[in-house]
Amino acid sequence: MVPSASEVPNPWFSWEYVTSNADLLLTAGREHVFLTVSSVLLALVFAFPLAFLVRRYRRLEAPVLGLSGVLYTIPSLALISLLWPIFGLTPWTVIIALAVYALLVVLRNTVVGLESVSENVVDAARGMGMGKRQLLVRVELPLAMPTILAGIRIATVTTVGMVTIGALVGYGGFGTLILSGFQANFYHAQIMTATLCCVLLAFIFEVLLLVLERVTLPWSRQEVPE
Amino acid sequence: MSVWEWFTDPANWTGYNGIPIRTWEQIEISFWAMAIALVIAMPIALILGHQRRGIFLATNVGNIGRAIPTLGVLTILASIPEIGIGNFAAILALALFAIPPLLTNTFAGIASVDDEVLDAAKGIGMGGFRILSRVELPLALPLIAAGIRTATVQVVATASLAALVGSGGLGRYVVDGYSLQDNTLIIAGAILTALIAVFADLILGFIERRITPKGLREQTFVASEEEEIPEAAPA
Repeated sequence: MVPSASEVPNPWFSWEYVTSNADLLLTAGREHVFLTVSSVLLALVFAFPLAFLVRRYRRLEAPVLGLSGVLYTIPSLALISLLWPIFGLTPWTVIIALAVYALLVVLRNTVVGLESVSENVVDAARGMGMGKRQLLVRVELPLAMPTILAGIRIATVTTVGMVTIGALVGYGGFGTLILSGFQANFYHAQIMTATLCCVLLAFIFEVLLLVLERVTLPWSRQEVPE
Repeated sequence: MSVWEWFTDPANWTGYNGIPIRTWEQIEISFWAMAIALVIAMPIALILGHQRRGIFLATNVGNIGRAIPTLGVLTILASIPEIGIGNFAAILALALFAIPPLLTNTFAGIASVDDEVLDAAKGIGMGGFRILSRVELPLALPLIAAGIRTATVQVVATASLAALVGSGGLGRYVVDGYSLQDNTLIIAGAILTALIAVFADLILGFIERRITPKGLREQTFVASEEEEIPEAAPA
């Protein structure tokens, strides 16, 4: 079949696209990493105190986890859009929205991890004369750490994917390239390259965090519930 | 116009761009996406679970799904000329993302049925198909229902995003709001898309509890407690 004159080639994979747009991809990648790491760090800053609060005042557990479940079902499109009038076209709109989702995952895993420490172990530690603080720092936290780190890993990988939605307010890392490629008359090479870069980034984060788990927690070799 | 005025304006409750029609579109898109996902995922999960094979696939498909950006898949599908922008691309993309939670939960439910129960079923002369349909399936029902709920809520929530590739649904307001730089429209749309997702979760949670066999309710409690760690990525 002879292609008509109006048919411009529009391949899905083009190495030429990658080489001639290396700067663009690198900038998007840097923004993507920045947004992901900021969101997860912000989530961690709030997740741990909240988890300890829930541990301390058991009555808070049901409402806090219930509310976090409701928040988790709200689409990121909606959350970003609701924050947009407050924070405007700044990275904060995206970071705070994504931090909310990451917070929920880390909070749940921390609470579940601390709860799943065996009563017998806690009894033994008390028998050895450990106080509440020592118990938490030297027994409960180390034993809960595999579940907590799994939560951080899941939250991070999920965040990498969701950063793309930030493209709506101009801060979406590779998402901005995906959306602009789509709007520029279905620029296949750009959409595909940016999507694959995003998957690759998620994979790199996953591997890095898995390695961190293995190195820092030699006792976590057994399967961790995700 | 304030958000309150937008919601009380009768013009936003009628016509093809009215709230009822947009809500219905979202339900329609979600329904077809779930139908496709169920047809693909359930037979695979039931057979693999029954034979207790493919544990690696069933447990890792969720991890892979998490790493793939929804926006990427949506735009890729919508830029394929044969698919085109609109509801069809949205349905396909949503179906793809609904498959992992369905697969993982159904597989886990079937494969975790107690060996002694299976032995007893074999002992009274049940064949493979009868064991699957009369023993494994009822026992796995709480987990399967949880998987369907997770997948459906995720589909309904993500369906809003599909407006970016020209589909209908409540996401239309948000996306149109951004292109028209209309704050009221963006916020009203955000409220509607959040509400429909939360409602879907409530309704399906109710159905989930209702269809769980009485004898399994006690166990469901344990299962749902584990399930509290969300498996599916938010949209």
